[in-house]
Amino acid sequence: MESKTLTCINCPMGCQVTITYEMKDGRINEETMTVTGNTCLRGKTYAISEVTNPVRTVTGTVGLSNRELRVVPVKTKTPVPKDKVPDVAKALADVKVEAPVHIGDVVIKNVCGTGSDIVITDNIE
Amino acid sequence: MKRKAVIIGGGPAGLAAAVSLKDNGIEDVLILERGSSLGGILTQCIHNGFGLHTFKEELTGPEYAARFIEMAKERNVEALLNTMVVDISHDKVITCMSKDKGIFTIEAESVILAMGCRERPRGALNTPGYRPAGIYSAGTAQRFVNIEGKMPGKEVVILGSGDIGLIMARRMTLEGAKVKAVAEIMPYSGGLKRNIVQCLDDFGIPLKLSTTVVDIKGKDRVESVTLAKVDDKMTPIPGTEEVIPCDTLLLSCGLLPENELSDKMGVKLSPVTGGPIVDESLNTNIPGVFACGNVLHVHDLVDYVSEEATLAGKFAAEYIKEGERPINGPEFKIETGKGVRYTVPVTVHPDRAPELTTVRFRVGNVYKDPEICVYMGDKCVLRRKKQICAPGEMEQVIIKKADLKNLKDGEKIVVCLENVL
Amino acid sequence: MDRYDVLIIGAGVTGSSIARELSRYDLKIAVLEKASDVCEGTSKANSGIVHAGFDAKPGTKKALFNVKGSLMMEELSKELDFPYKRNGSLVLCFSKEDEPKLDELLKRGEQNGVKDIRILSHDEVKELEPNVSDEVVSALYAPTGAIVCPFGLTIAMAENAAVNGAEFFLDHEVTDIQKAEEGFLVKAGGDNFISKLIINAAGVCADMIHNMVCEDKISIVARKGEYCLYDKKVGNTVSCTVFKLPGAYGKGVLVTPTVHGNLLVGPTATDVPDKEDVSTTAEGLSKVAEDGGASLVSLPARSVITSFAGLRAHADQGDFIIGESSVPGFFDAAGIESPGLSAAPAIGVYVAGLIKDRLSAKEKDNFIKTRKGIPNMALATVKERQELIKENPLYGRVVCRCELVTEGEIVDSIKRPLGATTLDGIKRRTRAGMGRCQSGFCSPIAVSILARELGVPLKDITKHGKGSEFVDDHK
Repeated sequence: MESKTLTCINCPMGCQVTITYEMKDGRINEETMTVTGNTCLRGKTYAISEVTNPVRTVTGTVGLSNRELRVVPVKTKTPVPKDKVPDVAKALADVKVEAPVHIGDVVIKNVCGTGSDIVITDNIE
Repeated sequence: MKRKAVIIGGGPAGLAAAVSLKDNGIEDVLILERGSSLGGILTQCIHNGFGLHTFKEELTGPEYAARFIEMAKERNVEALLNTMVVDISHDKVITCMSKDKGIFTIEAESVILAMGCRERPRGALNTPGYRPAGIYSAGTAQRFVNIEGKMPGKEVVILGSGDIGLIMARRMTLEGAKVKAVAEIMPYSGGLKRNIVQCLDDFGIPLKLSTTVVDIKGKDRVESVTLAKVDDKMTPIPGTEEVIPCDTLLLSCGLLPENELSDKMGVKLSPVTGGPIVDESLNTNIPGVFACGNVLHVHDLVDYVSEEATLAGKFAAEYIKEGERPINGPEFKIETGKGVRYTVPVTVHPDRAPELTTVRFRVGNVYKDPEICVYMGDKCVLRRKKQICAPGEMEQVIIKKADLKNLKDGEKIVVCLENVL
Repeated sequence: MDRYDVLIIGAGVTGSSIARELSRYDLKIAVLEKASDVCEGTSKANSGIVHAGFDAKPGTKKALFNVKGSLMMEELSKELDFPYKRNGSLVLCFSKEDEPKLDELLKRGEQNGVKDIRILSHDEVKELEPNVSDEVVSALYAPTGAIVCPFGLTIAMAENAAVNGAEFFLDHEVTDIQKAEEGFLVKAGGDNFISKLIINAAGVCADMIHNMVCEDKISIVARKGEYCLYDKKVGNTVSCTVFKLPGAYGKGVLVTPTVHGNLLVGPTATDVPDKEDVSTTAEGLSKVAEDGGASLVSLPARSVITSFAGLRAHADQGDFIIGESSVPGFFDAAGIESPGLSAAPAIGVYVAGLIKDRLSAKEKDNFIKTRKGIPNMALATVKERQELIKENPLYGRVVCRCELVTEGEIVDSIKRPLGATTLDGIKRRTRAGMGRCQSGFCSPIAVSILARELGVPLKDITKHGKGSEFVDDHK
């Protein structure tokens, strides 16, 4: 059995959730798993996902080819695997788009093979 | 120019107040914004985590702002951008300055203060050393990186573990900088848990508690900073110095409500929060002048800013429709008991109060398993257990009008923590 | 290689004053400055006091030039449009035993020709300055004491000199001086200059310059003074400049309003070996708070907005070194420590007089005597503001909100003669970034205005010259 204590980040409570588990066929054996310290179900779900498939939303900026001193913010539309975060950040480095841009515009499809798109998160006319 | 409702500041507080005023039947609503766009500081907070309470989804700062900008547009809220308010008089005459309109004045029936806050500068910390380039407040660095796309440095030390500092630790890392340490003078972080986890732990950035900067070297550009442990009186302990070579020092050492205008117009300020002293209607000591958001007290989540500003808008609308109501019946002060640093509001009028009044507060230390209690006179009207209370997170209790009505002359309302050392 | 009549080394308050006074004459003048701007050394980090003149020993150059300079300052502030205010000075005495020292100071002042100087009783002091410590026994009051903006003064004189033909070479550190057939050959910043005469106004480095030429060596010690600057909301803690009698309470730390309405407390006095060591120290800052606090009922510790240190150029002999050196044609204006700021206008006139006589120079008939400063929106009336914005809408765009500085003023500071090329340059000319947020809000905007007006990329913009760049080019 493995044991990990995580700080739950779902709400400002920041519960210290301890998950004790064993892996079976690449998945958690839910029968033997115990989760303690959480005050709601989200804490449990978070702990399970953090030990099986931790994901993060990556945010950053891309350049605007037709604006001086202005970049535009972007994010991954859905969270991506945590170990892909540095790759995704690098993928944004040299991207430039042309204004106007709007929230939700897709900049990169399926970024780094994560299945998630990079989308614009601000409106620049 | 005469206007019904004038809101100073077009950030999240100002926008939510404007929307609320419209929704509560006030047609004439004007936002005065000094920046070139609405949204305030949210436009540079490009990280996600906003809106879980308000929209039940995780948005980035600009997306959260855009939702409110959209709502304001739908309701035809008027906004004057690039307009600096230079003065407000006690009788609500607002003097503005802009490129297009020059100097002009507005006579407002009601004013909503929503100017937000600013960062504590290095001077306030009195950090010794040189004064080279490369020392930025975290928010200034955030603007350079997120708006202008410029990097303020490559090797970074951050002083203060406030949320902006934590967020910038991750931002700078993702943009290719090396964040060598985050130093926090207190024995705990002032930032949100999720930010410590996702901005520092995820990237292996050390958080050094009870640690401060005791020297800055470099005549032209920062060359190193010296960190040292501090004792429980926050005095650096000799012999614990550690020199960290770096080219950048970011400061994230707290936010201060920006109340220069409020002060000028005669609004009474709290020495604890630096924000106006308000009653349950978020009215300041000047009838018809309301305050909400970070100008009132520094919030942890923007969702609560929006919630508070919505209320301010509602009360301002009532004020405009009904005029100044005489205060019938007594006024009670909410006092802070053990562990509680301040409350907002500070006073309540049981006769005027809505059915439920949210009292927000912050604690002064980290408390494990406290009970949050509200006393009215001798009677404990509310007792709630919590796992943890920390200064970085805002707390709230909701008090009922029915309980307020039972208060007798001379009795006090006290918000405090119990079951704590 | 350009040939000059006079070459001034150092563009601090002394060099700038001499340059301005010399520019009245038909002379070819160059000013060599190692920093990227004028007013980058001692002149930018001092108390900003125009001393009445009771402190210096009668008969010294300090006394002579202090009293003369102090008398010139008000008129000069009108001619050259820089902030000056006669606020009076107090020297506090905290014990009966020390009162003879106060009398001595009074006598000195009278001997030096300081006007209206007198002793005040405890009650009179408290009436004049209610926030002065209750422990005060009596005080010397000099109503002619004043405050000035040290950057305003220095920059105004330098600008006026430039307008009148003096050539300023910034980023030109003097590395060698050789006696030539007809004067001197000077190497600075990779360029060569030939000049008939040299004036050494190099501040803390004046000994290095002097000793390049003269056999009789001088030594200038860098004496560090640390200061704390307080928020404008406590700027009226005192109205006079408040000194303490040198004695058991320590000496030197004064409490004064600044001409812009802040409260300034300092300086300490520590000799340092490094002539560029302008770092503040924990000990120094706590001494400032302690000594400054002793003069007052209480010092508002939480209202500090910044701290800084400056270096005074202290000459071994304790007096100014002014005049022609042992090498004919090489003039010193060295060892200009306090009251150097007050003395500067008089030093300028005196040294310019020596040069004029030596070169038999004629006065120009086209000398421009006055200079108009940058408009100040913060202090302007509503009507003036209205007119300025009408004339140029950029005066309506606020960049620094703490000090209410507009884009118009910043552009003006860049475009005028000897204009700002750095963020510090903008700050000292307009006050953008000098307020309570200490440039947190305005620096990104000021930096981009500077890049735009100078036509250079943002990455080349510096705080105070090469090596102090702000940001990398990125996206």
